Amino acid sequence: MATTLAYAAVDVGTPLPAGRFPLHRATLVMYAGASGDFNVIHWNERIAKAVGLPDVIAHGMLTMAVAGRVVTDWVGDPGAVVEYGVRFVRPVVVPDDDQGAVLEVAAEVVEKLDDGIVVVELTATVGGDKVLGQARAKVRLA
Amino acid sequence: MPLNREFVGREYTAAETYEVSRELIRRFADAVGDPNPAYRDPLAAQAYGHPDVVAPPTFLTVLTFRYFAESPVIDPALGLDYARVVHGEQRFVLHRPVYAGDVLRITSSVSDIRSAGRNELMTTRTEVTTTAGDPVAELYATLVSRGTAEGGA
Repeated sequence: MATTLAYAAVDVGTPLPAGRFPLHRATLVMYAGASGDFNVIHWNERIAKAVGLPDVIAHGMLTMAVAGRVVTDWVGDPGAVVEYGVRFVRPVVVPDDDQGAVLEVAAEVVEKLDDGIVVVELTATVGGDKVLGQARAKVRLA
Repeated sequence: MPLNREFVGREYTAAETYEVSRELIRRFADAVGDPNPAYRDPLAAQAYGHPDVVAPPTFLTVLTFRYFAESPVIDPALGLDYARVVHGEQRFVLHRPVYAGDVLRITSSVSDIRSAGRNELMTTRTEVTTTAGDPVAELYATLVSRGTAEGGA
């Protein structure tokens, strides 16, 4: 039942395996289709710049979903995540090239709650700049 | 042009229910590049104790956009220019995982609209339940309307 990762085996300060995830323009198009978020700033450079953005930016929710992989890859069972929240502190600019933007995600356990739940804090950066703030997930362990 | 503050407190319940399918979950997982087998293979999900494939933690954002056209956010009287909107904050509280086969209903409300410098911040709360009314999740979002505060544009 549920994840096999044991609450007892985890301490405050336990690091999660980090992740490195490239985001391309094609990723944004796929996410627009799958999520139904067709805001033009995520695919139209002309309009993105007209409203004062440097270029097309990734959907905040895409960044959030991809960063969350560090947590779900760690526990195995995605159903173990009981809460997940972030602040979008800086837009993720996705250039029209082959490299795209590379999201780097680190995470560690910052708190142990009752009921087998731990709090994980994520750090998500692109090119060294933090793109998510107060990124925290609550995860129910075995 | 500032947002219409009269929208604070307005609540909206989607007329139609939303049926979660294995294919929708797979498509969302593909889009975010997540190969977790629990999103695709019912047996892998069942090994974790789930009745069917499980949706990624942020999947319910799909429901927000499914009912977008009928939500208060798109009402011209609110005055929101969607090209000026960036996402400020998002939080999911999941009372249980979402599974393929779930039939869900959403109720959304505008909790607050306030100015922050040149921008305006609009916070919304969305409650997701089963058709029987059992709680599934709560979504909290803050949208930033860039440069629309009084004297901001």
